[in-house]
Amino acid sequence: MIDVQNIYKTFLVPHRVEALVDVSTAIAPGEVVVVIGPSGSGKSTFLRCLNRLEHADTGHIFIDGIDVLDPKTDINKVRAEVGMVFQSFNLFPHKTVLQNVTLAQTVVRRRPKAEAHDKAMALLTKVGLPDKINVYPDQLSGGQQQRVAIARALAMNPKVMLFDEPTSALDPEMIGEVLEVMKTLAREGMTMVVVTHEMGFAREVADRVIFMDAGAIVEVGTPEHFFKNPTHDRTKLFLSQIL
Amino acid sequence: MGSFPVARRIRRPRSYYIGVGIFFLMLAGLIGFIYYSTLKIDYVWRWYRIPQYFLYHDTIESRAEINGIVDRISQEGETVTIVVSGNDGTESYTSPAGDIRVSEGDIIYSGDVLTVHRKWKAGILVQGMAMTLKVSVIAIIFGILIGLFTGLARLSDNPALKWSAVTYIELIRGSPLLVQIFIWYFAFGTLMNTLIAKSDGLQSLLRGVLGTQQIVQVPPLWFGVAALAFFTGAYVAEMVRAGIQSIHRGQTEAARSLGMTYSQCMVHVILPQALRRVIPPLAGQFISLIKDSSLLGIIAIRELTKATREVVTTSFQPFELWTICALLYLFLTFTLSMALQYVERRTIAS
Ligand SMILES: Nc1ncnc2c1ncn2[C@@H]1O[C@H](COP(=O)(O)OP(=O)(O)OP(=O)(O)O)[C@@H](O)[C@H]1O
Ligand SMILES: [Mg+2]
Repeated sequence: MIDVQNIYKTFLVPHRVEALVDVSTAIAPGEVVVVIGPSGSGKSTFLRCLNRLEHADTGHIFIDGIDVLDPKTDINKVRAEVGMVFQSFNLFPHKTVLQNVTLAQTVVRRRPKAEAHDKAMALLTKVGLPDKINVYPDQLSGGQQQRVAIARALAMNPKVMLFDEPTSALDPEMIGEVLEVMKTLAREGMTMVVVTHEMGFAREVADRVIFMDAGAIVEVGTPEHFFKNPTHDRTKLFLSQIL
Repeated sequence: MGSFPVARRIRRPRSYYIGVGIFFLMLAGLIGFIYYSTLKIDYVWRWYRIPQYFLYHDTIESRAEINGIVDRISQEGETVTIVVSGNDGTESYTSPAGDIRVSEGDIIYSGDVLTVHRKWKAGILVQGMAMTLKVSVIAIIFGILIGLFTGLARLSDNPALKWSAVTYIELIRGSPLLVQIFIWYFAFGTLMNTLIAKSDGLQSLLRGVLGTQQIVQVPPLWFGVAALAFFTGAYVAEMVRAGIQSIHRGQTEAARSLGMTYSQCMVHVILPQALRRVIPPLAGQFISLIKDSSLLGIIAIRELTKATREVVTTSFQPFELWTICALLYLFLTFTLSMALQYVERRTIAS
Protein backbone atom coordinates (compact mmCIF):
# COMPACT_ATOMS: atom_id res chain seq x y z
CA MET A 1 0.00 0.00 0.00
CA ILE A 2 2.68 2.45 1.10
CA ASP A 3 6.31 1.89 0.30
CA VAL A 4 8.85 4.38 1.62
CA GLN A 5 12.43 3.95 0.48
CA ASN A 6 15.34 5.88 1.97
CA ILE A 7 13.81 9.30 2.23
CA TYR A 8 15.71 12.30 3.52
CA LYS A 9 14.34 15.71 4.38
CA THR A 10 16.43 18.65 5.51
CA PHE A 11 14.99 22.06 6.42
CA LEU A 12 17.34 24.97 5.81
CA VAL A 13 15.25 27.79 7.23
CA PRO A 14 15.21 29.13 9.87
CA HIS A 15 18.24 26.91 10.48
CA ARG A 16 19.50 23.60 9.20
CA VAL A 17 17.52 20.65 10.60
CA GLU A 18 17.79 17.10 9.36
CA ALA A 19 14.14 16.21 9.93
CA LEU A 20 14.25 12.82 8.19
CA VAL A 21 17.35 10.70 7.76
CA ASP A 22 17.17 7.61 5.59
CA VAL A 23 13.65 6.56 6.51
CA SER A 24 12.33 3.36 4.95
CA THR A 25 9.25 1.31 5.73
CA ALA A 26 6.45 -0.55 4.01
CA ILE A 27 2.84 -0.53 5.11
CA ALA A 28 0.46 -3.25 3.96
CA PRO A 29 -3.21 -2.71 3.11
CA GLY A 30 -5.39 -2.77 6.22
CA GLU A 31 -2.40 -2.31 8.49
CA VAL A 32 -2.55 0.15 11.38
CA VAL A 33 0.83 1.70 12.13
CA VAL A 34 1.39 3.95 15.11
CA VAL A 35 4.37 6.32 15.03
CA ILE A 36 5.78 7.48 18.34
CA GLY A 37 8.80 9.50 19.32
CA PRO A 38 9.92 12.62 21.17
CA SER A 39 9.03 16.11 20.04
CA GLY A 40 11.00 17.19 16.99
CA SER A 41 11.90 13.62 16.02
CA GLY A 42 10.33 14.03 12.56
CA LYS A 43 7.00 12.21 13.00
CA SER A 44 4.93 14.98 11.42
CA THR A 45 7.45 15.51 8.67
CA PHE A 46 7.34 11.80 7.85
CA LEU A 47 3.54 11.84 7.66
CA ARG A 48 3.44 15.03 5.58
CA CYS A 49 5.97 13.62 3.14
CA LEU A 50 3.60 10.75 2.40
CA ASN A 51 1.07 13.07 0.68
CA ARG A 52 3.75 15.54 -0.37
CA LEU A 53 2.66 18.38 1.89
CA GLU A 54 6.41 18.33 2.44
CA HIS A 55 8.56 17.33 -0.50
CA ALA A 56 11.20 14.75 0.52
CA ASP A 57 14.65 15.66 -0.79
CA THR A 58 15.67 12.20 -1.96
CA GLY A 59 14.32 8.68 -1.87
CA HIS A 60 11.12 7.15 -3.14
CA ILE A 61 7.56 6.97 -1.89
CA PHE A 62 5.02 4.75 -3.57
CA ILE A 63 1.37 4.84 -2.63
CA ASP A 64 -0.67 2.13 -4.27
CA GLY A 65 2.13 1.83 -6.79
CA ILE A 66 2.15 5.51 -7.71
CA ASP A 67 5.45 7.36 -7.39
CA VAL A 68 4.55 10.32 -5.15
CA LEU A 69 7.81 12.18 -5.71
CA ASP A 70 7.73 11.92 -9.50
CA PRO A 71 7.11 15.44 -10.87
CA LYS A 72 4.89 13.92 -13.56
CA THR A 73 2.53 12.44 -10.96
CA ASP A 74 -0.71 14.38 -10.51
CA ILE A 75 -0.33 14.90 -6.80
CA ASN A 76 -3.96 15.96 -6.40
CA LYS A 77 -5.06 12.51 -7.53
CA VAL A 78 -2.79 10.92 -4.92
CA ARG A 79 -3.99 13.26 -2.18
CA ALA A 80 -7.62 12.48 -2.95
CA GLU A 81 -6.83 8.88 -2.07
CA VAL A 82 -4.98 9.78 1.14
CA GLY A 83 -7.03 11.28 3.95
CA MET A 84 -5.29 13.45 6.51
CA VAL A 85 -6.40 14.53 9.98
CA PHE A 86 -4.54 17.35 11.71
CA GLN A 87 -3.81 18.12 15.31
CA SER A 88 -5.57 21.48 14.99
CA PHE A 89 -8.58 20.12 13.01
CA ASN A 90 -8.32 22.79 10.29
CA LEU A 91 -12.03 22.75 9.52
CA PHE A 92 -13.21 25.45 7.12
CA PRO A 93 -14.71 28.05 9.48
CA HIS A 94 -16.85 29.74 6.81
CA LYS A 95 -18.66 26.50 5.94
CA THR A 96 -21.17 24.52 7.94
CA VAL A 97 -20.35 21.04 9.17
CA LEU A 98 -22.25 19.55 6.25
CA GLN A 99 -20.52 21.83 3.71
CA ASN A 100 -17.14 20.94 5.23
CA VAL A 101 -17.84 17.31 4.40
CA THR A 102 -19.40 17.86 0.96
CA LEU A 103 -17.01 20.50 -0.43
CA ALA A 104 -14.14 18.31 -1.62
CA GLN A 105 -16.58 15.61 -2.76
CA THR A 106 -18.22 18.01 -5.22
CA VAL A 107 -15.08 19.96 -6.15
CA VAL A 108 -12.51 17.18 -6.38
CA ARG A 109 -14.57 14.03 -6.92
CA ARG A 110 -17.20 15.91 -8.93
CA ARG A 111 -20.02 14.04 -7.23
CA PRO A 112 -23.54 15.32 -7.73
CA LYS A 113 -24.84 17.43 -4.82
CA ALA A 114 -27.36 14.84 -3.67
CA GLU A 115 -24.84 12.04 -3.63
CA ALA A 116 -22.32 14.16 -1.71
CA HIS A 117 -25.04 15.12 0.75
CA ASP A 118 -26.05 11.50 1.38
CA LYS A 119 -22.45 10.46 1.80
CA ALA A 120 -21.84 13.30 4.25
CA MET A 121 -24.96 12.43 6.23
CA ALA A 122 -23.92 8.81 6.48
CA LEU A 123 -20.42 9.73 7.68
CA LEU A 124 -21.60 12.36 10.14
CA THR A 125 -23.98 9.80 11.57
CA LYS A 126 -21.12 7.35 11.82
CA VAL A 127 -18.99 9.81 13.82
CA GLY A 128 -21.98 10.59 16.01
CA LEU A 129 -22.86 14.10 14.82
CA PRO A 130 -26.00 13.78 12.69
CA ASP A 131 -27.71 16.63 14.56
CA LYS A 132 -24.90 19.16 14.02
CA ILE A 133 -24.90 19.36 10.24
CA ASN A 134 -26.00 22.98 9.95
CA VAL A 135 -23.73 24.31 12.66
CA TYR A 136 -20.49 26.20 12.03
CA PRO A 137 -17.26 24.63 13.33
CA ASP A 138 -16.64 27.29 16.00
CA GLN A 139 -19.86 26.22 17.71
CA LEU A 140 -18.52 22.71 18.26
CA SER A 141 -16.26 21.31 20.98
CA GLY A 142 -12.76 20.18 20.03
CA GLY A 143 -13.75 16.53 20.04
CA GLN A 144 -16.73 17.21 17.81
CA GLN A 145 -14.58 19.26 15.41
CA GLN A 146 -12.04 16.49 15.14
CA ARG A 147 -14.79 13.96 14.36
CA VAL A 148 -16.07 16.26 11.60
CA ALA A 149 -12.52 16.47 10.27
CA ILE A 150 -12.36 12.68 10.17
CA ALA A 151 -15.68 12.54 8.33
CA ARG A 152 -14.41 15.17 5.89
CA ALA A 153 -11.37 13.04 5.08
CA LEU A 154 -13.39 9.82 4.85
CA ALA A 155 -15.84 11.43 2.43
CA MET A 156 -13.22 11.12 -0.29
CA ASN A 157 -13.19 7.31 0.09
CA PRO A 158 -9.46 7.33 0.84
CA LYS A 159 -7.38 4.20 0.68
CA VAL A 160 -5.15 5.41 3.49
CA MET A 161 -5.77 7.67 6.47
CA LEU A 162 -2.99 9.72 8.07
CA PHE A 163 -3.50 11.08 11.59
CA ASP A 164 -1.07 13.63 13.04
CA GLU A 165 -1.61 13.72 16.80
CA PRO A 166 -5.39 13.89 16.40
CA THR A 167 -6.07 14.04 20.13
CA SER A 168 -3.21 16.25 21.34
CA ALA A 169 -5.20 19.48 21.19
CA LEU A 170 -8.21 18.00 22.99
CA ASP A 171 -9.38 18.25 26.57
CA PRO A 172 -8.94 14.84 28.26
CA GLU A 173 -12.66 14.09 28.41
CA MET A 174 -12.94 14.41 24.61
CA ILE A 175 -10.05 12.19 23.66
CA GLY A 176 -12.10 9.03 24.09
CA GLU A 177 -14.79 9.92 21.57
CA VAL A 178 -12.21 10.60 18.84
CA LEU A 179 -10.23 7.43 19.60
CA GLU A 180 -13.48 5.44 19.46
CA VAL A 181 -14.10 6.63 15.88
CA MET A 182 -10.53 5.73 14.95
CA LYS A 183 -10.83 2.28 16.48
CA THR A 184 -13.98 1.63 14.49
CA LEU A 185 -12.14 2.63 11.34
CA ALA A 186 -9.26 0.31 12.17
CA ARG A 187 -11.64 -2.59 12.78
CA GLU A 188 -13.26 -1.95 9.41
CA GLY A 189 -9.91 -2.55 7.76
CA MET A 190 -8.76 1.00 6.93
CA THR A 191 -5.04 1.40 6.32
CA MET A 192 -3.91 3.93 8.92
CA VAL A 193 -0.74 5.74 9.92
CA VAL A 194 -1.22 7.40 13.27
CA VAL A 195 1.16 9.72 15.07
CA THR A 196 0.05 9.70 18.70
CA HIS A 197 1.09 9.55 22.30
CA GLU A 198 -1.98 7.48 23.22
CA MET A 199 -0.33 4.23 24.21
CA GLY A 200 -3.66 2.61 25.07
CA PHE A 201 -4.75 3.14 21.50
CA ALA A 202 -1.47 1.72 20.19
CA ARG A 203 -1.77 -1.35 22.40
CA GLU A 204 -5.36 -1.97 21.36
CA VAL A 205 -5.35 -1.46 17.59
CA ALA A 206 -1.81 -1.08 16.26
CA ASP A 207 -0.39 -3.88 14.16
CA ARG A 208 2.99 -2.25 14.33
CA VAL A 209 4.65 0.58 16.23
CA ILE A 210 7.45 2.70 14.80
CA PHE A 211 9.68 4.62 17.18
CA MET A 212 11.46 7.61 15.67
CA ASP A 213 14.20 9.76 17.11
CA ALA A 214 16.27 12.53 15.56
CA GLY A 215 14.73 11.97 12.14
CA ALA A 216 15.44 8.25 11.96
CA ILE A 217 13.45 5.10 12.63
CA VAL A 218 15.08 3.59 15.69
CA GLU A 219 12.90 0.60 16.45
CA VAL A 220 9.96 -1.18 14.88
CA GLY A 221 7.81 -3.88 16.42
CA THR A 222 4.47 -5.06 17.68
CA PRO A 223 2.88 -3.20 20.59
CA GLU A 224 3.70 -6.17 22.89
CA HIS A 225 7.34 -5.94 21.91
CA PHE A 226 7.41 -2.25 22.83
CA PHE A 227 5.66 -2.67 26.14
CA LYS A 228 7.42 -5.84 27.27
CA ASN A 229 11.00 -5.66 26.06
CA PRO A 230 12.10 -2.69 23.95
CA THR A 231 15.69 -3.17 22.80
CA HIS A 232 17.12 0.31 22.32
CA ASP A 233 18.04 2.54 25.20
CA ARG A 234 16.44 5.56 23.59
CA THR A 235 13.19 3.66 23.22
CA LYS A 236 13.30 2.59 26.85
CA LEU A 237 13.98 6.15 27.95
CA PHE A 238 11.15 7.55 25.84
CA LEU A 239 8.63 4.93 26.97
CA SER A 240 9.59 5.40 30.60
CA GLN A 241 8.85 9.10 30.21
CA ILE A 242 5.41 8.78 28.67
CA LEU A 243 4.00 5.66 30.31
CA MET B 1 -38.65 35.83 43.60
CA GLY B 2 -39.64 37.10 40.21
CA SER B 3 -38.07 40.31 39.06
CA PHE B 4 -39.11 42.09 35.94
CA PRO B 5 -36.45 42.97 33.45
CA VAL B 6 -36.64 46.72 33.55
CA ALA B 7 -34.93 48.66 30.83
CA ARG B 8 -32.79 50.98 32.88
CA ARG B 9 -30.92 53.91 31.49
CA ILE B 10 -27.30 53.97 32.31
CA ARG B 11 -26.67 56.75 34.79
CA ARG B 12 -23.88 58.90 33.62
CA PRO B 13 -21.90 61.31 35.78
CA ARG B 14 -22.76 65.00 35.68
CA SER B 15 -19.48 65.81 33.90
CA TYR B 16 -20.71 63.81 30.90
CA TYR B 17 -23.71 66.08 30.37
CA ILE B 18 -21.58 69.16 30.90
CA GLY B 19 -19.29 67.83 28.16
CA VAL B 20 -22.23 67.35 25.79
CA GLY B 21 -23.39 70.89 26.52
CA ILE B 22 -19.92 72.29 25.82
CA PHE B 23 -19.76 70.42 22.53
CA PHE B 24 -22.99 71.92 21.22
CA LEU B 25 -22.07 75.36 22.53
CA MET B 26 -18.78 75.22 20.65
CA LEU B 27 -20.53 74.06 17.49
CA ALA B 28 -23.07 76.86 17.68
CA GLY B 29 -20.29 79.31 18.51
CA LEU B 30 -18.27 78.29 15.45
CA ILE B 31 -21.23 78.56 13.10
CA GLY B 32 -22.23 81.88 14.66
CA PHE B 33 -18.70 83.21 14.32
CA ILE B 34 -18.50 82.24 10.64
CA TYR B 35 -21.90 83.77 9.96
CA TYR B 36 -20.94 86.94 11.77
CA SER B 37 -17.69 87.21 9.82
CA THR B 38 -19.45 86.83 6.51
CA LEU B 39 -21.82 89.64 7.45
CA LYS B 40 -18.74 91.79 8.17
CA ILE B 41 -17.59 91.38 4.56
CA ASP B 42 -21.13 92.09 3.33
CA TYR B 43 -21.71 88.57 2.09
CA VAL B 44 -25.39 88.06 1.35
CA TRP B 45 -26.60 84.56 2.09
CA ARG B 46 -29.08 83.40 -0.51
CA TRP B 47 -29.98 79.81 0.31
CA TYR B 48 -33.20 80.15 -1.70
CA ARG B 49 -31.11 80.17 -4.86
CA ILE B 50 -29.70 76.71 -4.20
CA PRO B 51 -32.69 74.40 -4.94
CA GLN B 52 -32.69 75.33 -8.64
CA TYR B 53 -29.32 73.62 -9.01
CA PHE B 54 -30.92 70.39 -7.86
CA LEU B 55 -34.18 70.54 -9.73
CA TYR B 56 -35.60 73.22 -11.97
CA HIS B 57 -38.69 73.85 -13.97
CA ASP B 58 -37.59 74.11 -17.56
CA THR B 59 -39.67 75.89 -20.18
CA ILE B 60 -39.83 74.12 -23.51
CA GLU B 61 -41.25 75.84 -26.57
CA SER B 62 -42.35 74.10 -29.71
CA ARG B 63 -42.00 76.29 -32.81
CA ALA B 64 -43.30 76.16 -36.34
CA GLU B 65 -40.76 75.42 -39.07
CA ILE B 66 -42.75 76.71 -42.08
CA ASN B 67 -44.95 79.64 -42.97
CA GLY B 68 -48.65 78.81 -43.28
CA ILE B 69 -52.04 78.54 -41.70
CA VAL B 70 -52.97 76.53 -38.63
CA ASP B 71 -55.27 73.94 -40.09
CA ARG B 72 -56.29 71.88 -37.17
CA ILE B 73 -55.60 71.59 -33.42
CA SER B 74 -56.52 68.27 -31.93
CA GLN B 75 -55.95 67.44 -28.29
CA GLU B 76 -55.82 63.93 -26.99
CA GLY B 77 -55.36 63.68 -23.28
CA GLU B 78 -52.06 65.33 -22.42
CA THR B 79 -50.73 65.70 -25.96
CA VAL B 80 -51.74 68.08 -28.67
CA THR B 81 -51.21 67.85 -32.41
CA ILE B 82 -51.14 71.00 -34.48
CA VAL B 83 -51.34 70.71 -38.26
CA VAL B 84 -49.95 73.62 -40.26
CA SER B 85 -50.42 73.81 -44.01
CA GLY B 86 -48.16 76.09 -46.01
CA ASN B 87 -47.37 76.63 -49.65
CA ASP B 88 -44.93 73.74 -49.83
CA GLY B 89 -46.99 71.20 -47.93
CA THR B 90 -48.40 70.31 -44.55
CA GLU B 91 -46.55 69.68 -41.30
CA SER B 92 -47.86 68.43 -37.99
CA TYR B 93 -46.33 69.15 -34.60
CA THR B 94 -47.01 66.97 -31.59
CA SER B 95 -46.09 68.13 -28.12
CA PRO B 96 -47.33 67.94 -24.55
CA ALA B 97 -50.34 70.20 -24.16
CA GLY B 98 -49.19 73.10 -22.03
CA ASP B 99 -50.01 76.56 -23.18
CA ILE B 100 -51.36 76.47 -26.74
CA ARG B 101 -50.36 79.82 -28.26
CA VAL B 102 -52.21 79.58 -31.61
CA SER B 103 -55.76 78.86 -32.70
CA GLU B 104 -57.17 77.31 -35.85
CA GLY B 105 -57.05 79.66 -38.85
CA ASP B 106 -54.09 81.73 -37.56
CA ILE B 107 -51.49 82.76 -40.06
CA ILE B 108 -48.07 81.93 -38.71
CA TYR B 109 -44.47 82.29 -39.77
CA SER B 110 -41.56 79.97 -39.42
CA GLY B 111 -40.19 80.28 -35.88
CA ASP B 112 -43.48 81.27 -34.25
CA VAL B 113 -44.17 79.62 -30.90
CA LEU B 114 -46.97 77.06 -31.14
CA THR B 115 -47.04 75.63 -27.61
CA VAL B 116 -45.18 76.16 -24.39
CA HIS B 117 -44.91 73.52 -21.72
CA ARG B 118 -42.85 73.16 -18.59
CA LYS B 119 -40.92 70.22 -17.36
CA TRP B 120 -38.87 69.35 -14.22
CA LYS B 121 -35.23 68.72 -14.94
CA ALA B 122 -32.29 67.58 -12.83
CA GLY B 123 -30.06 70.53 -11.98
CA ILE B 124 -26.33 70.71 -12.52
CA LEU B 125 -25.45 69.59 -8.98
CA VAL B 126 -27.55 66.45 -9.33
CA GLN B 127 -25.97 65.78 -12.71
CA GLY B 128 -22.53 66.28 -11.17
CA MET B 129 -23.36 63.93 -8.34
CA ALA B 130 -24.62 61.33 -10.82
CA MET B 131 -21.31 61.62 -12.69
CA THR B 132 -19.32 61.24 -9.47
CA LEU B 133 -21.37 58.17 -8.62
CA LYS B 134 -20.96 56.69 -12.09
CA VAL B 135 -17.20 57.22 -12.19
CA SER B 136 -16.79 55.85 -8.67
CA VAL B 137 -18.90 52.74 -9.20
CA ILE B 138 -17.10 51.79 -12.42
CA ALA B 139 -13.70 52.48 -10.85
CA ILE B 140 -14.59 50.43 -7.76
CA ILE B 141 -15.67 47.44 -9.83
CA PHE B 142 -12.53 47.50 -11.97
CA GLY B 143 -10.42 48.33 -8.91
CA ILE B 144 -11.64 45.16 -7.19
CA LEU B 145 -10.92 43.02 -10.25
CA ILE B 146 -7.46 44.53 -10.78
CA GLY B 147 -6.70 44.31 -7.06
CA LEU B 148 -7.79 40.70 -6.77
CA PHE B 149 -5.69 39.66 -9.74
CA THR B 150 -2.65 41.69 -8.67
CA GLY B 151 -2.92 40.50 -5.08
CA LEU B 152 -2.79 36.88 -6.26
CA ALA B 153 0.03 37.66 -8.68
CA ARG B 154 1.95 39.31 -5.85
CA LEU B 155 1.87 36.02 -3.94
CA SER B 156 2.86 33.92 -6.93
CA ASP B 157 6.26 32.26 -7.16
CA ASN B 158 6.55 33.13 -10.83
CA PRO B 159 8.82 36.21 -11.20
CA ALA B 160 6.92 37.42 -14.28
CA LEU B 161 3.76 37.73 -12.19
CA LYS B 162 5.28 38.64 -8.87
CA TRP B 163 7.66 41.32 -10.13
CA SER B 164 5.03 42.86 -12.40
CA ALA B 165 2.69 43.08 -9.45
CA VAL B 166 5.31 44.62 -7.18
CA THR B 167 6.36 47.15 -9.83
CA TYR B 168 2.79 48.19 -10.51
CA ILE B 169 1.89 48.48 -6.82
CA GLU B 170 4.99 50.50 -5.96
CA LEU B 171 4.65 52.84 -8.95
CA ILE B 172 1.03 53.60 -8.14
CA ARG B 173 1.48 53.96 -4.42
CA GLY B 174 4.59 56.05 -4.77
CA SER B 175 3.20 58.82 -6.96
CA PRO B 176 0.39 61.37 -6.48
CA LEU B 177 -3.00 60.51 -7.93
CA LEU B 178 -3.15 63.95 -9.57
CA VAL B 179 0.02 63.19 -11.52
CA GLN B 180 -1.36 59.79 -12.51
CA ILE B 181 -4.52 61.41 -13.83
CA PHE B 182 -2.41 63.80 -15.90
CA ILE B 183 -0.39 60.89 -17.27
CA TRP B 184 -3.50 58.94 -18.18
CA TYR B 185 -5.12 61.92 -19.86
CA PHE B 186 -2.29 63.88 -21.43
CA ALA B 187 0.15 61.05 -22.12
CA PHE B 188 -1.77 57.82 -22.62
CA GLY B 189 -4.87 59.70 -23.77
CA THR B 190 -3.11 61.75 -26.40
CA LEU B 191 -1.13 58.75 -27.52
CA MET B 192 -4.14 56.52 -27.83
CA ASN B 193 -6.41 59.04 -29.48
CA THR B 194 -3.72 60.09 -31.95
CA LEU B 195 -3.04 56.48 -32.86
CA ILE B 196 -6.74 55.84 -33.31
CA ALA B 197 -7.11 58.97 -35.44
CA LYS B 198 -4.10 58.11 -37.59
CA SER B 199 -5.04 54.55 -38.33
CA ASP B 200 -7.65 54.65 -41.07
CA GLY B 201 -8.43 50.99 -40.70
CA LEU B 202 -9.09 51.32 -36.99
CA GLN B 203 -11.16 54.47 -37.53
CA SER B 204 -13.45 52.85 -40.06
CA LEU B 205 -13.75 49.77 -37.91
CA LEU B 206 -14.71 51.81 -34.83
CA ARG B 207 -17.10 53.94 -36.87
CA GLY B 208 -18.74 50.79 -38.11
CA VAL B 209 -19.06 49.36 -34.62
CA LEU B 210 -20.35 52.58 -33.09
CA GLY B 211 -22.47 53.47 -36.12
CA THR B 212 -21.18 57.03 -36.44
CA GLN B 213 -19.62 59.19 -39.16
CA GLN B 214 -17.52 61.35 -36.86
CA ILE B 215 -13.90 60.82 -35.90
CA VAL B 216 -13.93 58.33 -33.06
CA GLN B 217 -12.03 59.31 -29.91
CA VAL B 218 -11.91 57.85 -26.43
CA PRO B 219 -13.67 60.41 -24.20
CA PRO B 220 -11.83 61.81 -21.12
CA LEU B 221 -14.25 59.97 -18.85
CA TRP B 222 -12.54 56.66 -19.59
CA PHE B 223 -9.06 57.94 -18.85
CA GLY B 224 -10.35 59.31 -15.58
CA VAL B 225 -12.00 56.02 -14.70
CA ALA B 226 -8.81 54.13 -15.66
CA ALA B 227 -6.68 56.38 -13.46
CA LEU B 228 -8.97 55.83 -10.47
CA ALA B 229 -9.38 52.09 -11.09
CA PHE B 230 -5.64 51.42 -11.38
CA PHE B 231 -4.94 53.65 -8.39
CA THR B 232 -7.49 51.80 -6.26
CA GLY B 233 -6.41 48.43 -7.65
CA ALA B 234 -2.90 48.84 -6.25
CA TYR B 235 -4.21 49.44 -2.75
CA VAL B 236 -6.81 46.68 -3.03
CA ALA B 237 -4.02 44.31 -4.12
CA GLU B 238 -2.09 44.95 -0.93
CA MET B 239 -5.22 44.38 1.14
CA VAL B 240 -6.01 41.16 -0.70
CA ARG B 241 -2.45 39.98 -0.16
CA ALA B 242 -2.56 40.79 3.54
CA GLY B 243 -5.97 39.12 3.81
CA ILE B 244 -4.76 35.92 2.17
CA GLN B 245 -1.63 35.84 4.31
CA SER B 246 -3.69 36.27 7.44
CA ILE B 247 -5.47 32.96 6.82
CA HIS B 248 -3.84 30.16 8.78
CA ARG B 249 -1.59 27.81 6.80
CA GLY B 250 -3.61 24.86 8.08
CA GLN B 251 -6.52 25.91 5.88
CA THR B 252 -4.46 25.52 2.73
CA GLU B 253 -3.01 22.25 3.99
CA ALA B 254 -6.45 20.84 4.79
CA ALA B 255 -7.80 21.82 1.38
CA ARG B 256 -4.77 20.56 -0.53
CA SER B 257 -4.65 17.30 1.43
CA LEU B 258 -8.19 16.64 0.19
CA GLY B 259 -6.90 16.84 -3.35
CA MET B 260 -7.99 20.38 -4.22
CA THR B 261 -5.84 22.22 -6.73
CA TYR B 262 -4.29 25.59 -5.90
CA SER B 263 -7.12 27.47 -7.57
CA GLN B 264 -9.88 25.32 -6.06
CA CYS B 265 -8.34 25.94 -2.66
CA MET B 266 -8.19 29.69 -3.34
CA VAL B 267 -11.74 29.95 -4.63
CA HIS B 268 -13.49 27.74 -2.09
CA VAL B 269 -11.41 28.07 1.04
CA ILE B 270 -8.94 30.94 1.19
CA LEU B 271 -10.54 33.85 -0.69
CA PRO B 272 -13.97 33.65 1.00
CA GLN B 273 -12.28 33.94 4.37
CA ALA B 274 -9.71 36.51 3.26
CA LEU B 275 -12.20 38.82 1.53
CA ARG B 276 -14.40 38.83 4.60
CA ARG B 277 -11.52 40.12 6.67
CA VAL B 278 -10.68 42.70 4.04
CA ILE B 279 -14.10 44.36 3.92
CA PRO B 280 -13.37 47.08 6.54
CA PRO B 281 -10.15 48.36 4.92
CA LEU B 282 -11.77 48.05 1.49
CA ALA B 283 -14.62 50.26 2.69
CA GLY B 284 -12.09 52.91 3.67
CA GLN B 285 -10.42 52.66 0.28
CA PHE B 286 -13.70 53.06 -1.59
CA ILE B 287 -14.62 56.10 0.47
CA SER B 288 -11.26 57.60 -0.46
CA LEU B 289 -12.02 56.82 -4.08
CA ILE B 290 -15.28 58.78 -4.02
CA LYS B 291 -13.45 61.75 -2.54
CA ASP B 292 -10.51 61.40 -4.93
CA SER B 293 -12.86 61.45 -7.92
CA SER B 294 -13.12 65.21 -7.26
CA LEU B 295 -9.72 65.49 -8.98
CA LEU B 296 -11.23 64.42 -12.29
CA GLY B 297 -12.62 67.93 -12.83
CA ILE B 298 -9.20 68.94 -14.15
CA ILE B 299 -9.56 66.67 -17.17
CA ALA B 300 -12.94 68.06 -18.16
CA ILE B 301 -15.11 65.49 -16.45
CA ARG B 302 -17.99 67.38 -14.93
CA GLU B 303 -18.34 65.57 -11.63
CA LEU B 304 -19.68 67.10 -8.45
CA THR B 305 -16.72 69.37 -7.67
CA LYS B 306 -16.40 70.73 -11.20
CA ALA B 307 -20.16 71.19 -11.38
CA THR B 308 -20.08 73.17 -8.15
CA ARG B 309 -17.21 75.29 -9.42
CA GLU B 310 -19.16 76.10 -12.57
CA VAL B 311 -22.22 77.13 -10.61
CA VAL B 312 -20.11 79.25 -8.27
CA THR B 313 -18.69 81.25 -11.16
CA THR B 314 -22.17 82.08 -12.44
CA SER B 315 -24.11 82.46 -9.21
CA PHE B 316 -21.57 84.15 -6.91
CA GLN B 317 -22.78 82.12 -3.94
CA PRO B 318 -19.59 80.25 -3.03
CA PHE B 319 -20.28 79.80 0.67
CA GLU B 320 -23.62 78.07 0.21
CA LEU B 321 -22.51 76.02 -2.78
CA TRP B 322 -19.26 74.68 -1.36
CA THR B 323 -21.04 73.79 1.86
CA ILE B 324 -23.66 71.91 -0.14
CA CYS B 325 -20.96 70.25 -2.21
CA ALA B 326 -19.24 68.94 0.91
CA LEU B 327 -22.54 67.70 2.32
CA LEU B 328 -23.30 65.83 -0.91
CA TYR B 329 -19.93 64.05 -0.72
CA LEU B 330 -20.68 63.25 2.89
CA PHE B 331 -24.00 61.81 1.80
CA LEU B 332 -22.32 59.56 -0.80
CA THR B 333 -19.54 58.33 1.48
CA PHE B 334 -21.88 57.79 4.42
CA THR B 335 -24.30 55.76 2.30
CA LEU B 336 -21.45 53.61 1.00
CA SER B 337 -20.06 53.07 4.46
CA MET B 338 -23.51 52.02 5.75
CA ALA B 339 -23.98 49.65 2.82
CA LEU B 340 -20.61 47.98 3.40
CA GLN B 341 -21.25 47.67 7.12
CA TYR B 342 -24.46 45.88 6.24
CA VAL B 343 -22.59 43.51 3.90
CA GLU B 344 -19.96 42.89 6.55
CA ARG B 345 -22.52 42.08 9.24
CA ARG B 346 -24.31 39.71 6.89
CA THR B 347 -21.21 37.81 5.80
CA ILE B 348 -19.98 37.45 9.37
CA ALA B 349 -23.35 36.22 10.56
CA SER B 350 -23.38 33.50 7.93
N1 LIG C 1 8.36 23.78 7.86
C1 LIG C 1 9.49 23.61 8.60
N2 LIG C 1 10.51 24.48 8.47
C2 LIG C 1 11.63 24.33 9.21
N3 LIG C 1 11.82 23.37 10.09
C3 LIG C 1 10.84 22.47 10.28
C4 LIG C 1 9.61 22.56 9.56
N4 LIG C 1 8.79 21.56 9.94
C5 LIG C 1 9.51 20.87 10.89
N5 LIG C 1 10.72 21.40 11.08
C6 LIG C 1 11.75 20.90 11.99
O1 LIG C 1 11.95 19.56 11.70
C7 LIG C 1 12.11 18.79 12.88
C8 LIG C 1 11.06 17.70 12.91
O2 LIG C 1 9.80 18.30 13.06
P1 LIG C 1 8.44 17.48 13.16
O3 LIG C 1 7.36 18.48 13.21
O4 LIG C 1 8.40 16.49 12.09
O5 LIG C 1 8.59 16.78 14.56
P2 LIG C 1 7.51 15.96 15.36
O6 LIG C 1 8.12 14.65 15.65
O7 LIG C 1 6.22 15.98 14.65
O8 LIG C 1 7.41 16.78 16.70
P3 LIG C 1 6.11 17.13 17.58
O9 LIG C 1 5.90 15.94 18.46
O10 LIG C 1 6.57 18.32 18.36
O11 LIG C 1 5.01 17.40 16.65
C9 LIG C 1 11.97 19.77 14.03
O12 LIG C 1 13.26 20.08 14.47
C10 LIG C 1 11.31 20.95 13.44
O13 LIG C 1 11.76 22.11 14.07
MG1 LIG D 1 4.29 16.83 14.95
